[in-house]
Amino acid sequence: MSVVQVNPADESKYAASARAFRDNVTRDLANDELRSNFRGAMDYLMDKRKSAFNDQDELETLRRQCQLIKQRCLVKLPHLLEQLEAKLTANGIVVHWAETITEANQIIAHLIEAKNGKTVVKGKSMVSEETALNDHLEARGIECLESDMGEYIVQLAKEHPSHIIMPAIHQNKKQVADLFVKNIEGFEHTTDVDALIQQGRNVLRSKFCQADVGVSGVNFAVAETGTLCLVENEGNGRMCTTVPDLHIAITGIEKVVEHLADVPPLLSLLTRSATGQAISTYFNMISHPRQPGEKDGPSEVHLVLLDNGRSQMYADEELRQTLQCIRCGACMNHCPVYTRIGGHAYGTVYPGPIGQIVSPHMLGIEATTNLPTASSLCGACGEVCPVKIPIPKLLLRLREESVKPASQQPQVMKGQGSGRKPLEAFIWSMWATIHKSPFLYRASMWFATRGRWLMPSKIGAWTVARSAPKLASTTLHQRIKQREQAQQSVQGRGK
Amino acid sequence: MSQLNTLHLRDYPVKPTQVYLYGTCLTDSLFPDSGIDAIEFLEQQGIEVIYPQGQSCCGQPAYNSGYTQQAKAVALAQIKHFPLDIPIVIISGSCGGMMRHHYKDLLKDQPGIEQFCDRIFEFTEFLVNSLQITLVDNGPQERVALHTSCAARREMGVHITGRKLLGQLDNVELITHDYESECCGFGGTFSVKHGDISNAIVADKTKNLVKADVVRYVSADWGCMMNINGSLEHQNKALRGEHIASYLLARSAKGANS
Repeated sequence: MSVVQVNPADESKYAASARAFRDNVTRDLANDELRSNFRGAMDYLMDKRKSAFNDQDELETLRRQCQLIKQRCLVKLPHLLEQLEAKLTANGIVVHWAETITEANQIIAHLIEAKNGKTVVKGKSMVSEETALNDHLEARGIECLESDMGEYIVQLAKEHPSHIIMPAIHQNKKQVADLFVKNIEGFEHTTDVDALIQQGRNVLRSKFCQADVGVSGVNFAVAETGTLCLVENEGNGRMCTTVPDLHIAITGIEKVVEHLADVPPLLSLLTRSATGQAISTYFNMISHPRQPGEKDGPSEVHLVLLDNGRSQMYADEELRQTLQCIRCGACMNHCPVYTRIGGHAYGTVYPGPIGQIVSPHMLGIEATTNLPTASSLCGACGEVCPVKIPIPKLLLRLREESVKPASQQPQVMKGQGSGRKPLEAFIWSMWATIHKSPFLYRASMWFATRGRWLMPSKIGAWTVARSAPKLASTTLHQRIKQREQAQQSVQGRGK
Repeated sequence: MSQLNTLHLRDYPVKPTQVYLYGTCLTDSLFPDSGIDAIEFLEQQGIEVIYPQGQSCCGQPAYNSGYTQQAKAVALAQIKHFPLDIPIVIISGSCGGMMRHHYKDLLKDQPGIEQFCDRIFEFTEFLVNSLQITLVDNGPQERVALHTSCAARREMGVHITGRKLLGQLDNVELITHDYESECCGFGGTFSVKHGDISNAIVADKTKNLVKADVVRYVSADWGCMMNINGSLEHQNKALRGEHIASYLLARSAKGANS
């Protein structure tokens, strides 16, 4: 097996921003307003989730059930994808396969151009963020308007989503009002959230009616019935998928589920984990284009199924669990790192813990070496994950893939070993040599404690904000030895 | 808390007469008093404590850094020093989680590894569930906070057993600080590799602990305390953390009130 080389043409623009992780972190940690926006929003979302799960036993039963559903569907994934394609085709929905983001963008562009489409309205789709679809279409002269309010805000600000469910969560209402003043003609300044959003919606409303094409994501693609399910709260998803004459859905291959009956438990966990809602305001099930006699709906519906690194996740049984994700965002809401640095610092489409385990597959380890290490492994993400993805365990696995020798077989990830530093590797093997030998360990501790006055008072990043730890004058090993000797001599004298 | 229920569906040896102590590398080199205090406390309960001199480190630092083979070599070197079929009491929740849970995976080829892992008990877990201890509090009236390390909380349930123990101390008012369950930002090599993120997290942790207006905070993990105490000292705050073994020993001493 050979290492898959990254083709620069396929490399997402996110690779560069992921490489800049450390600079991004420095920038965003220093931004007090951003920090306060995230802390407030994450507190709110954690509370919402908590209030949606009053019964811990029910939650645990449901998590286990959904974990098993996703695992079953993944085991059967190749078969289910074929079944999905057959069912959708029979229903009149055209299926396209894209291995790379470039392929996906080209497929979508060709579909739009074939209908001479000039304007696109998009429902929220993280997979289309993954492919940077807007940039691609704009370069070809096709206007693409984000219709989810958060995505719309982010698009106006020329930014990217900072959260997979709440794309504009990094902005507060005052910042949004300022943005609207600059970008919406006739905007009446207000920081009343409802009034603010209503004015944004008025702009979008007219766009829906004019658009040639609607693009959406998919939350669950049901193989049994050939149904595309779309979860949303604003009705924009329904507008995008019913008003324009051409609807193109794009999603990752892992979104397929076997049965329609698999959907209700997954949906229940998704909305409750994400926003604390019992169910989202809208739940769309799309099974075919407009039928004869129907009054609305697109005459053509297409589905683009994207791989982009997912096959690599799939090939390894442990890493495959990454594909169980239903994109609820609970892991980021509960992550102490995400809460501090925010979503943009990661530099990837998917931020937070799930992004840290997904992105190395999509962008290669080389561009993302800083992501798996940027976790204290506190485990909050794994604890709240609705489908029980062992995120901390997978972070450890990725750390291992990152530092193991590039030539070591089997090679399961592109960029294997790109995080390996010779000095660090040497230190760990010395560390192991010392710690697996009781003699060397005790000897080195003896020298360390004797020479503790030599210990530097500044130890890199540690002492920027903390005082240095001080070695004891006598180790626990030595103290216990002395203690045992003292006890023996007391007993000896007693005899 | 079903996840914890399953964690705690384990056989607890009832009041064993002999246990091993696993001291951990941090206690050994930096905080040996806690190890001695744990031994004295257990001995006061009538338990003989064996401290094998061959022990060094559970392997967690290398394991968490992706150096699995190095971690495995060190982990393997530990288990042979604990041959007797008696409980191994460990005075750190995160090292406990490593030896109780992660060894099963790391050393899965090793015969008898399941039985070894099943002998690992975190100190507070052991006191509550195995000894079913009843504490006598001879200490003064005071307000105290509890910090449980994340691994201790999620892998060993220390937030439950630690809380139970402190709850038994009549003169101790246990204060819940804001964001109590949130990480302190330590995470081993994370605190050095991503020092700026770690600093931001520990800054919030110390702020919340100071705000709780307690005379001290107690923890069963020196990793977190090295981080939090180091930060408190750097900020010239008087508040410090104390290992729960030392704290319980001090509170049990006759005349501790004076």
